[in-house]
Amino acid sequence: MRSSRKAFPWHIIVFLAPAVIIYTLFMIYPLIDSLRLSLYTTETQGGPEIFVGLQNYQRLFTDQNWQPRVTGALINTFEFFAIHMLVQNPLALLLATLLSSRFIALRSVYRTLIFLPSVLSVVLIGFIWQLIFSPVFGRALWAQIGIRLPPLLGEPETALPVLGLVSVWQWVGVPMMLFLAALISIPDELIEAARVDGATAWSVFWRVKLPLIMPTVGIVTVLTFVGNFNAFDLIYTTQGALAAPDYSTDLLGTLFYRTFFGFQLQLGNPTMGAAVAGVMFLIILAGVLLYLFTWQRRLLRNTVEM
Amino acid sequence: MKTRSVPLNRTLQLGLAHIALILYTLIALFPVFLVVMNSFKERNAIFRTPYDLPVFAAPGVAEDDVTFSVVGYETVFERGNFPNYFLNSVIVTVGALGVVFFAGTMAAFALSEYRFPGNALLGLYLAIGIMVPIRLGTVSILRLVVNFNLNDTLWALILVYAASGLPLAVFVLSQFMRQVPRDLKDAARVDGASEYRIYWMTIPLVRPAIGSVMVFNMIPIWNDLWFPLILAPGEASKTVTLGAQQFLGQFANDYNAVLSALSLSALPVIVLYILFSRQLIRGLTSGAVK
Repeated sequence: MRSSRKAFPWHIIVFLAPAVIIYTLFMIYPLIDSLRLSLYTTETQGGPEIFVGLQNYQRLFTDQNWQPRVTGALINTFEFFAIHMLVQNPLALLLATLLSSRFIALRSVYRTLIFLPSVLSVVLIGFIWQLIFSPVFGRALWAQIGIRLPPLLGEPETALPVLGLVSVWQWVGVPMMLFLAALISIPDELIEAARVDGATAWSVFWRVKLPLIMPTVGIVTVLTFVGNFNAFDLIYTTQGALAAPDYSTDLLGTLFYRTFFGFQLQLGNPTMGAAVAGVMFLIILAGVLLYLFTWQRRLLRNTVEM
Repeated sequence: MKTRSVPLNRTLQLGLAHIALILYTLIALFPVFLVVMNSFKERNAIFRTPYDLPVFAAPGVAEDDVTFSVVGYETVFERGNFPNYFLNSVIVTVGALGVVFFAGTMAAFALSEYRFPGNALLGLYLAIGIMVPIRLGTVSILRLVVNFNLNDTLWALILVYAASGLPLAVFVLSQFMRQVPRDLKDAARVDGASEYRIYWMTIPLVRPAIGSVMVFNMIPIWNDLWFPLILAPGEASKTVTLGAQQFLGQFANDYNAVLSALSLSALPVIVLYILFSRQLIRGLTSGAVK
C-alpha cells in the first residue's frame, strides 16, 4: 500500500524543499563561504578578492597588531568558559538535586522563578547589572547595606570575572533544567535499593545519581562550550565594542564583531573577520568532536539505538 | 515509608533545602525586582532609598514623602520609538516561527514518513546546524543579504532566524512524528487521501512537541542583539532589543528613563514566560536530552 509504486514521489521533494533551501542558503552556504573568504584578501574596500591561502590566519597569530588581540580574546574566552564550568554548572546541579526531591513542596514555583533571568535578553541583564555596579546608582545601592563598592566593571582585573558571574546568574537555569530532567528520570527503585542498603543521601548522589546523569553532564558541557564561543551581547552591552577596560573583557565574539564590522575609525575587514570566525569554528568543531568521540562513544555502549 | 524512618532528620533536611532554594530564588529575582520598583520612583528617591517601595500620594502622607513618579515612562514614550520597535520584533518573531512551523513540520514529516535514498544523510545534514552557531557565518550572511537588497528589512532577520531554528525543529519533530501510528496514516491512504492531506492530519497529533519547539525558538529570536545590529540597524527595522540597547546607551544618565525602558522591555517577555513556561521547559529538555 506504500506510495513507492507511484512514478516519482514529487511530494517528498515538495515537503523537503522549503527547509532544505532556507537552511542551505542562510546557514550552510554562509558558513562555507565564510571559510572560503578567510583564505582571501582584498586590497581595497570592495576590491577584487585575491587568494592568499592561510596568510590571514598566520597574520592573526603572528602580526604584532593582531596577535595580542587574538591571544587576549582566546584567553578571556577560555576564562569565561572556565567560570561557567566551575560556578554555573555545579550550582545548577546543586539546585537541580534539591528540586528533584519529591518531598520539596512548590518545586515547580522555584523552578519557574529561578529560570526567569534566562528568558530576559542579555541586553536587559547587562544594563541591570551595570546599574548595580555603576559608580552612581550602584554606589548608593551598596552604601545602604554598608558596602563601599569598588568600580568592579572599570578595573581590568575584576571586569571579566564579574561579567562571567553575571552571565552565570543569567544562564544557570538552563543547565538546572537539563539536570533536573535527567534526575527525575532516574527510576525510584534504584534509589530505594541503595537506601535500603544503608547508603546516605550523600553517597546516593555520588554513587547512583551522578553516574546515571553523565550523558547530561556531557551535553551541558558542550552547550556551555559552544555558548561561550558565541558570547558577545553581554560584553557589547556593558563594556562596548572595545571590551573596556583596555580589552580586558574582549571575547572572540567581540573581536569578531570589531574585525569584520569595524568600529569608530577602524574600517571593517570582511576577510580578516572571516578568519576570526574560522578560528572560532575550528575551536568549536574540536570541542564538539572531542565530545562525540570520547564522552558520547563511551556512553553509547549502554544504549541500544539512537 | 521514608518519612517514617527518620522524621526529624528528614524535616531538617527539607528545611535546609527550602532555605537554600528561597535564597537562590531571591538572588535570581531581586535585581529585576529592584529595577522595576525603582522605575516608579522619582530621581532623588531612587538614590536615597533604593530598597523602599514607592510611596504614593494619599491622605496622611506628607507631600515631601511621596516618591511615586512615572516621569521615566513619559521620557521613554516621548523620546523612544518603542511601539514601532515592538511591532518589528513581533513581525520578525512571528514570521520566523511561521517559517519554522511550515518548513520544519514538512521536512520532519518527509524524513520520518518516507524511505528514500539519502534519507539518513539528509537528516544528518540538517542536524549540523544544531551544534554550529549561525553567527560564525555572519560575514557571508551580510553579503548575501546586501546582494538580495534585504539589508535593513525584517525579511533578512526572518530568514536568518528561520534557518537557525530549523535544524533543531526538524530533529525534534521527526522524532515525535515517528511515534505517530502507521495504521492511522495507511487507513487514510486507503480512503484515497493525498500525501499532503496525511501530512496535515499528522500535525495535530504532535501538537505538544510543536508548541515546545515554537516557544523554545521564540525567546532567542526576540532577545537577539547580534543580527538586528548587523543586518537591520535602520530606524524603521529596529527590533525592541536593539532599540532598547541604543536608547539605554543614549539616556545612560537619565536613571528614570533607563529603569523605565528596562522594565518596559522585560515586561512582555515575563508575561509570555509565565503563560508558556511549561512548553518552554519541555522544549528545552526534549531538545537537548535527545
